[in-house]
Parts: sequence; structure tokens; C-alpha cells
Amino acid sequence: MVSLSWYLGVGALLFALSVLGIFLNRRNLIVLLMAIELMLLAVNINFVAFSHYLGDLNGQVFVFFILTVAAAEAAIGLAILVVLFRNLDTVAVDQLDTLKG
Amino acid sequence: MSTETALFWIFAAILLAAAFRVITARNPVHAVLFLVLAFFSTSCLWMLLRAEFLAIALVLVYVGAVMVLFLFVVMMLDINIDRVRQGFWRHFPLAALVGVIIALQLWAVLSHGRWQTIEAPAANAAYGSNIAALGVLTFTEYAYPLQIAGVILLVAMIAAIALTLRGRKDSKHQDPAQQVLVKRADRVRMVSMPSDAQARQDARRA
Repeated sequence: MVSLSWYLGVGALLFALSVLGIFLNRRNLIVLLMAIELMLLAVNINFVAFSHYLGDLNGQVFVFFILTVAAAEAAIGLAILVVLFRNLDTVAVDQLDTLKG
Repeated sequence: MSTETALFWIFAAILLAAAFRVITARNPVHAVLFLVLAFFSTSCLWMLLRAEFLAIALVLVYVGAVMVLFLFVVMMLDINIDRVRQGFWRHFPLAALVGVIIALQLWAVLSHGRWQTIEAPAANAAYGSNIAALGVLTFTEYAYPLQIAGVILLVAMIAAIALTLRGRKDSKHQDPAQQVLVKRADRVRMVSMPSDAQARQDARRA
């Protein structure tokens, strides 16, 4: 049998990989969004693993809601990306300096 | 090694390899496709954890909807890959350090808790079908959060449409606001001209 900590280890590695991805792809907004999706996935793996090993279904309901919010977030994020590209002709993060921030 | 253990290792390895390719792929389309692979392997892992409903929902919602949306946007935008990839590996040492530290921290916390010794429940005979149990839970205890989740999805849909909606220039359509705002001068023009009664009398006399 696979023990719970192996699933948690997979989740931890996935989360660390997505942090790495955010560092590496700091110019490309689309891949940044994908890295965020991967982070949410890592969290969801932990939720489901705990839910299974503790025999508590509430964790799976929580994953259900996280999936809902993540889908909404992806839709709005991509919509903003499209509007951004339409106005600026680029999605490179370092060119988004309209606010002088 | 049992079949389940072997399957766990295979799916976990595919998941991590796909995740690595997502963040390093040169072409964003390849990144999206590897992300699909990562979601698929995760779905298989969840099947091993007897979370059948969530596994199917992940494939349907993520691979079927969100990833297709991603693919659409990636193909629609014309991304200058060379510009975006400039200095890609410059921050790699720092990024690798942060990533390793995060992984080690999570591992240190997660691998020494009391859950190390938790045995997997044998058959989950207590609650039978995963979908039935989740359904009961969702529509009793979580009925109110479920409504809120629906509202969140509705708001997201309206926001996405409102953000990207652009009126077409070449279509003939009516704008009610403009119709209400119309003035008399926009429709009728008063022209001052001499009456033609006098001219007709002159013609008869001649």
C-alpha cells in the first residue's frame, strides 16, 4: 500500500515545481497562469489524499469548491489577457508598465 | 510491490515530468498540452484514492473546458517567443534554491506527522459509492455554499463576456439609448419656401 506521505510528497514536489515555473517564466503571462493552476492542483492532491486516508469526505467537497473557483479565475484571467493583448499587442509582463509601478 | 503501488509510481512520475515540461516548454501550445497530461495523471491518482467523482470532474471541467480555453487563447494571441524567453535561465539558481527549500519544508512537516502511520481505509464500505456520499453531503450540509459557488460561476461568466465583448462595426443593429436620446432636429428639417398659390394664379391669368 502507498502511504499517505507519498501522496503529500507528490503534492509538495508539484508545488515546488510551480514556484520554479513562476520564477522562470516571469515574462510570459500565460505560463504564469498555468503555473498557478498547477499550484492549485498540488493543493487539491493534498486535500484528496487526506480525505481518503482520514475517511472524511468533507475534504473532497472542499476540492469541489476549489475547482469551481479555479475555473472562474482561469476564465476571468484569460479574458483580461485577451483585452490586454488587444490594447497593448503584447503579454510580456515587463512591458505592462502603464501604471508606472 | 502491489499493482496499486506500481500505478501510483507511474502516475506520479508522469505527473511530475509533465509539470516540469509545462514550466520549461518553449512553445506555449506544448505547455498547455503537457498541462493536460498533468491533469490526466492527477485524475488517475485520484482514482487510486477512490475519489471517482472528483477524478471525472477534473477531466471534464479542466481538460474539457479550462484547458481548451487556454489553448484557444494561446493560439489566438501572437506571442513573440524569443522576447519572452529572453533571460529565461538567469534566475534559475535562485528559483531552484527557493523550490528546493519549499519542497524540503513541506516534506519535513508532512513526513513526520502522526499521519505517517495512518492505514488506508480498506474498502470504504461505510459510505459505499463515492458519488452518492458526496451528493448527500453537497446537497445537505453544503447546500448554501453550493449556491454561492453557482453565483461565483455566473459572475465569472458575465465578467468574462463583458470584458471581451466588442460591438461589431459592420452589423446593422439598433441602439435603444441613441433612439431615446433623439431630438426633433435630428429627424425633421424645416425649410422655408414661398407658397406656390400666387404662382398658380399668375399661370391661369396668362
